Amino acid sequence: MSLNAATDKSTEPSPVRRLIAWRKRLDRFFALEGLSVMILALLVLLALLGQLAFDGLGRISWRFLTSFPSRFPAQAGILSAWIGTMLVMLVTALTAVPLGVGAAIYLEEYAPKNWVTELIEINIANLAGVPSIVYGLMALGLLVYELHLGQSILTAGLTLAMLILPMVIIATREAIRSVPPHIREAAYALGATKWQTVRHHVVPYSTGGILTGMILALSRAVGETAPLITIGALSFIAFLPHPPWQSEFPFISMQWLLDPFTVMPIQMFNWVSRPQEEFHVNAAAAGLVLLFMTLAMNALAIVVRARYRKRIHW
Amino acid sequence: MHRHIDEELSDLKQELLRMGALVEEQIERAIRSLVDRDTELAARVIERDKLVNRFDVEIDETCIRLLALQAPAARDLRFVTTAMKISTELERMSDLSENICERVIELNEEPQLKPYIDIPRMANRAMQMVREALDAFVRYDAALARKVCADDDFVDDLTHQLFRELLSFMLENPATITRAIRLTFIGKYIERIADHATNISELVIYMVEGKIVRHMSPPATSPDA
Amino acid sequence: MSLIATSRDVLKIEARSLSFYYGTLQALREVSIGVYDRRVTAMIGPSGCGKTTYLRCLNRMHDLYPGNRYEGEVLLYPDKVNIVGPNIDPIEVRMRIGMVFQKPNPFPKSIYENVAYGVRIRGTSSPIDLDGVVERALRDAALWAEVKERLHAPAFNLSGGQQQRLCIARALATDPELMLFDEPTSALDPTATGRIEELITVLKQRVAIIIVTHNMQQAARVSDYTAFMYEGRMVEYDRTDKMFTNPSDKLTEDYVTGRFG
Repeated sequence: MSLNAATDKSTEPSPVRRLIAWRKRLDRFFALEGLSVMILALLVLLALLGQLAFDGLGRISWRFLTSFPSRFPAQAGILSAWIGTMLVMLVTALTAVPLGVGAAIYLEEYAPKNWVTELIEINIANLAGVPSIVYGLMALGLLVYELHLGQSILTAGLTLAMLILPMVIIATREAIRSVPPHIREAAYALGATKWQTVRHHVVPYSTGGILTGMILALSRAVGETAPLITIGALSFIAFLPHPPWQSEFPFISMQWLLDPFTVMPIQMFNWVSRPQEEFHVNAAAAGLVLLFMTLAMNALAIVVRARYRKRIHW
Repeated sequence: MHRHIDEELSDLKQELLRMGALVEEQIERAIRSLVDRDTELAARVIERDKLVNRFDVEIDETCIRLLALQAPAARDLRFVTTAMKISTELERMSDLSENICERVIELNEEPQLKPYIDIPRMANRAMQMVREALDAFVRYDAALARKVCADDDFVDDLTHQLFRELLSFMLENPATITRAIRLTFIGKYIERIADHATNISELVIYMVEGKIVRHMSPPATSPDA
Repeated sequence: MSLIATSRDVLKIEARSLSFYYGTLQALREVSIGVYDRRVTAMIGPSGCGKTTYLRCLNRMHDLYPGNRYEGEVLLYPDKVNIVGPNIDPIEVRMRIGMVFQKPNPFPKSIYENVAYGVRIRGTSSPIDLDGVVERALRDAALWAEVKERLHAPAFNLSGGQQQRLCIARALATDPELMLFDEPTSALDPTATGRIEELITVLKQRVAIIIVTHNMQQAARVSDYTAFMYEGRMVEYDRTDKMFTNPSDKLTEDYVTGRFG
């Protein structure tokens, strides 16, 4: 519908309309280009998933999930692997989260803004980019040989905790920074001390971001293979670690921390290295389970973030 | 910084000065109609009072609009409120000129009682006071305003002198009473015109200095009182 | 300072040659002004004149950020303690002085918890006591009737004007001796602004109030005393009616008539 319909004498479009039409064409071009690139990426992803599912989906069964590894591919399962993953993640989380959140709170709220603090901040960002195998080497020297913690769940947990610590710190700091200064000022203006402000306001309001960061960091740790191999995770573990309880006082046992272990990625690696085709199928199946675990953790992160975002919006 | 309100204030000032000029003319013509025994001139002065009234209404409306829309403060506020009051004083002066002319028309039906000497003298001084009061307003001149206030005594004295003289006429010859009384009224009207000029001056002092000196006699001679 | 006060006016807080530095930048230049109890004092001036800086000196908010420095004194009556002195704990100062900010900033908690927070950190925790304090504060802030049915709903559900009244209630709950308002209505619509101005004229019967505003009509409507600041200096401080009908300083007159700023 032309604005100047009354005065439109010719069918020749005006310069302005030509310009608009050209810009719109450009718009459409970019939209199409973005769409096709995205479809391409999705296709690649789907291809990978499809390959994995095609190979391994049939292999997943209750028996698969509850059997130990075996020389016979048909009987091999991932029980020790996923239990090992869970236990290692437990240690990782219990180590990295308090340390990371505490360090982030200190750096954001308490540390004076001088060059020392800046140096620390730069180094934390750098540490996030260090290759994971380097962490493995460091852990081997420090935890296994120096501290004699052995090739155990504790070592693995601590190694991965060190690996994801920078991520937790950075995510927590971002979450804390997202609490606007006028909220803090409101608390201070009422006469709150720094600790009261942090405890009653800053941390509670950043919990969403902290949890999200924590879950994402852990989901990265779930898939880490190189450092664990370095510290000596074994791949043929046909037993479970000690249970965390015992029949005598004090009824809780920490023995499981020092037990040898395996984790999902390592089990997969081990199977893929074998010549038999059936083991490759097992590896694919394990891969699907691992993928599922990771996706589940990510989904949890999204749900948590959404729930907290509803309650707190600046 | 140039402001829209400055234009409006300037327009208001011009409006007020035009009204002032008109009123000065009314007074001058009224006295001339007495001295020249010109009934037609007197009638014209009476007719013209309507124009003065229109000025008064317009200026009032302008001032109220300025107050409502521009919320002037400090000296601008004092200027606008003073302008409103000055317009009232000017309108009263024109009413008094009208009154003078009504008496003139009545007087012209009888022969002139005596040569008019004091009345024109009073009138000239009163007109000078009006002119100076308006000058003081335009120039924000508080000293000039104070001088005008002091001049009021001269007009008051002349009024008393006129009254004594006319009284003696009336006592000597009862036939002159109506004319003498009418002339007395005219003297009174002129004295009132001078009073209104004094009022305008007191308003100007307030506008310039921010102190209200009305109803205090004599007005303070120094701003630090 | 006593020259302009009526005989019933009592000093509440007095700045004596107060200077303030953001690092090396001097933002306040020897400001001296005495604010009276149970009166509203407005601070006006063009942007950057230092009125908000001055306000935030009074409750030591500048201490939250590094590199700031006070010179001179600020005496809080009746005990005449110098609240910007080096030995004074800012927390103590903020326990006696309340502040309401430009943008309403309620905590993302319930209405009840917002108002109760200041009282909680002063040690009160029994629900009966807290209930009483919360209700009284909300009534004083002219908000009780609108929220009494939903005290535990989130504060964010309130409108802008209600949120600001909630912030006022929150500050009032701790019974401050002095209330600082930093452009409290600049983010609100005219109706909400009017309600808060009404509230301020009621509140001043109980507590000294200082309000920073860039709206001169608001200063004229609401305050008993007005202080005009320019480039970090106190230019003129007088009764409000005098400031707006016949100020003494030409700079003040130029500002209130709109010739600059």
